[in-house]
Amino acid sequence: MTYHQASFDEPLIFELDSETSCGDDILRDTPVPDRLRRNCLGIPDVPEREIMKHFVRLSQMNYSVDTGFYPLGSCTMKYNPKLNERIARLPSAELLHPDQDESTVQGALQIMHELERMLCEIGGVDAVTLQPAAGAHGEFTGMQLVRAYHEDRGEERRDILVPETAHGTNPASAAMAGFDVIELPSRNGRVDCEALRSVVGKNTAAMMLTNPNTLGLFEKDVLKIADILHNAGALLYYDGANMNAILGRTNPGRMNFDIVHFNLHKTFSTPHGGGGPGAGPIGVKKPLEPYLPVPRIVRRGDAFGFDYDRPKSIGKVRAYYGNFGVLLRAYVYIRSMGGNGLREVSDRAVANSNYLRKLLETKLDLPYPGTRMHEFVLSGDRLKEKGIRTLDLAKRLLDYGVHAPTIYFPLIVGEAIMIEPTETESVQTLDEFVGIIDKILSEDSETVKSAPHNTSVRRIDEVKAARELIMSYKMLLEKRKNEKGIGHGP
Amino acid sequence: MIPKKMLDILQIGTVDELFDDIPDEARIEGLDLPEGIGDIELERDVTRILARNRTMADIPTFLGGGVYRHYIPAVVGEILSRAEFYTAYTPYQAEASQGMLQALFEYQSMMAELTGLEAVNSSMYDWSTALGEAALMCHRIKPGKRFLIGRAVSPERKAVLKTYLAGIGASIKEIPFEKESGRIALQGLRGELSDDVFGLYLENPNYFGVLEEGVDEVSPLIGDIPFVIGANPLSLAILKPPSEYGADIVIGEGHHLGTNPNFGGPLLGIFATKKEHIRKMPGRIIGRTTDVTGKTAYCMTLQTREQHIRRDKATSNICTNEALMAVATVAYLASIGKKRLIEIASENIRKARRFAEKISSVKGYEAPVFRASHFNEFVMRSDTSVEGLSSRLLSKGVHGGIRLNKHFPDLGESMLLAVSELHSEEDFELFVSALEVKD
Repeated sequence: MTYHQASFDEPLIFELDSETSCGDDILRDTPVPDRLRRNCLGIPDVPEREIMKHFVRLSQMNYSVDTGFYPLGSCTMKYNPKLNERIARLPSAELLHPDQDESTVQGALQIMHELERMLCEIGGVDAVTLQPAAGAHGEFTGMQLVRAYHEDRGEERRDILVPETAHGTNPASAAMAGFDVIELPSRNGRVDCEALRSVVGKNTAAMMLTNPNTLGLFEKDVLKIADILHNAGALLYYDGANMNAILGRTNPGRMNFDIVHFNLHKTFSTPHGGGGPGAGPIGVKKPLEPYLPVPRIVRRGDAFGFDYDRPKSIGKVRAYYGNFGVLLRAYVYIRSMGGNGLREVSDRAVANSNYLRKLLETKLDLPYPGTRMHEFVLSGDRLKEKGIRTLDLAKRLLDYGVHAPTIYFPLIVGEAIMIEPTETESVQTLDEFVGIIDKILSEDSETVKSAPHNTSVRRIDEVKAARELIMSYKMLLEKRKNEKGIGHGP
Repeated sequence: MIPKKMLDILQIGTVDELFDDIPDEARIEGLDLPEGIGDIELERDVTRILARNRTMADIPTFLGGGVYRHYIPAVVGEILSRAEFYTAYTPYQAEASQGMLQALFEYQSMMAELTGLEAVNSSMYDWSTALGEAALMCHRIKPGKRFLIGRAVSPERKAVLKTYLAGIGASIKEIPFEKESGRIALQGLRGELSDDVFGLYLENPNYFGVLEEGVDEVSPLIGDIPFVIGANPLSLAILKPPSEYGADIVIGEGHHLGTNPNFGGPLLGIFATKKEHIRKMPGRIIGRTTDVTGKTAYCMTLQTREQHIRRDKATSNICTNEALMAVATVAYLASIGKKRLIEIASENIRKARRFAEKISSVKGYEAPVFRASHFNEFVMRSDTSVEGLSSRLLSKGVHGGIRLNKHFPDLGESMLLAVSELHSEEDFELFVSALEVKD
């Protein structure tokens, strides 16, 4: 397979502006008080033809799901059906102001209300809020609920437990919500119930857990784990990042979780936007419902509306009601798949993952052998014999037109390579991927170590980026000025 | 269906065997959701549900408060529709993601120009969470117990700030505005300053659309207390950058530069700070560097502040952000360009003035309520109930502004009205004609 990404020496948009004026002539006449008037504006003036060329060129230097295989572990980079896009771009969806009178947004409220009900069924929970903007934001919201729940019972519990294999957002969200974080060691890749028992106590507020975990292993003891926490008066939080593995087979509610977040931009097929927007609704069991953010979307007869009268609510975690554009895409996706379709999503995601696992576990190492769910983590330790590292393998994959897996996570696997193929990839694509891995493993180490060769730029000097810290055009100009100053010095 | 080839390789009869690790007590029998439906029927049905909405294009709408509808050049939509941008993940593999990285670097650069501050992250969720994060960052710069904010701040943002501060147990103290001008009461601010204050947040233009003319007097007054400014980036096209009057952090909402209101999400949280504070800053930052051959390249930098490296010691938990919205903003600013941007900002001020004058000419209405320079919105006061007025406007096919009587009862029967270059004289006439009808 040959692949070459487009490569342009594309200047910055600022450098496409042929004019030198900073707008001082027109800024002089703006209708603002003199004391506040700007006298120079560094936004470029570029003709439309140049703008389109600029951004199309940039887009061609960007790998995406629509470009090819994207086995980025824990990120669930599945294909996003285009109907979702077409519907979400309708003026009847986009041209709504969040402060409009309820009577003028009935369609939007109906969709949000129905989506909440669907997520309740999928998550096995009693109530859902759509407000959080992303998975980590859902976690932050969940942690606020944990605090409110305990405070309402007159308890001040400080500790949140997270397994050492948890996504980095878990400890970060707990800390941001003001909790102390305790990391739990794992045993054979899963939660160590004995270790858990020894730390759980009256100071434990909750435990955050993703199931299947980041190794792709199902936490078989999940019900026992829930009992240990519940018996101590603590709560169990479900990180929904790996939900693509379990649709229709189990759900967080049935596993006795109390709070759960859904990553709509993963399992529910909304595109990632190069980093966002996403949406991270959370669902809760009945006892936690009173604390959910305001407003709640309620049905009053045939009409939908907002309810702000929730005295125990944690308040708001963002302005307005959630990332509606993202919610709408997920709503269309769920209705398109239906209950059985969603179960098939997980069946195929898990089958694809195990198929790849089976074909790759002899070529690289699979710590904690056995069946995996939607993803698996290989160790690249044996690559060292060839004088290469996981990073080199990842970069070399780019040369063959596939995205690299998640690497060096989770930390308990040496030289980790975390692969999540998702359900939307064909057997042919998976076979091609295995063929590419084979090819790379047989290549001379210099070629691999100096990869990538076929991307728009070669391996990047990240240390230099952190040392020089040029984060804007303004800083680039300053640097150039300084260098010039030195060059022309005495 | 699972291809037979897969089952054979896995040496299993059915896919069920792959789920053996799920204990029986945790299993479910499937999902109780309706059967999936085909595209034709689905599109028809969802379109029909959405048609129950009345959009800002259907009826002239004067809502603002941080979310606005502005004209979007067609080129912006074309750029955002590039699947290479919108179906990509976070650019962890920088060599294959130069397009997104450069676009985000350009976004940071544009925001650096508007705010006057060098360090900009590549987005927060929205203005309100940017405020929450800014307050937490102030606390990292200067420990303390109280965070001061102007009273003329959006109630939405105040509510979110409160949630974000819960974790550090800090309290919020509001500084009153001057009754006549709507501007921050400097005397009131002076009285609240003490050692336990770890930050001050003001908006300029403030929630009432009022320009804070005396804002340059604030920084000398507060000394080393971190100073956060919230601003509409469109206003910054013609207003002095907040860096010039001492802001340590500038935040704001950027969605209206290139995307529609989307019922309040996705939005775009702007976050900028001084270079000296950069290691205390939340969110992703794109830096410029070179590849091994010396070619210019971009990558995420200072990742050691972030959750995937620092875990519970990270400056923020943010991971997924609003990157695509940032691309929209840079596409918008580039296609509008400097001259037109200055014109649009100026036109918004003039339109708001003309609209206020028209309203004031009607007996029983006062606009603007504050004697001050305004940006694109202003407060109107009525002798009669604004709730009744809202209904009357709706029945005439106009959507009024945000009613202020709940959160600002001292302003009486009042409404916050926003305009943009999309409003026509006819829209204003329609609004004013509804005022004249007395019930």
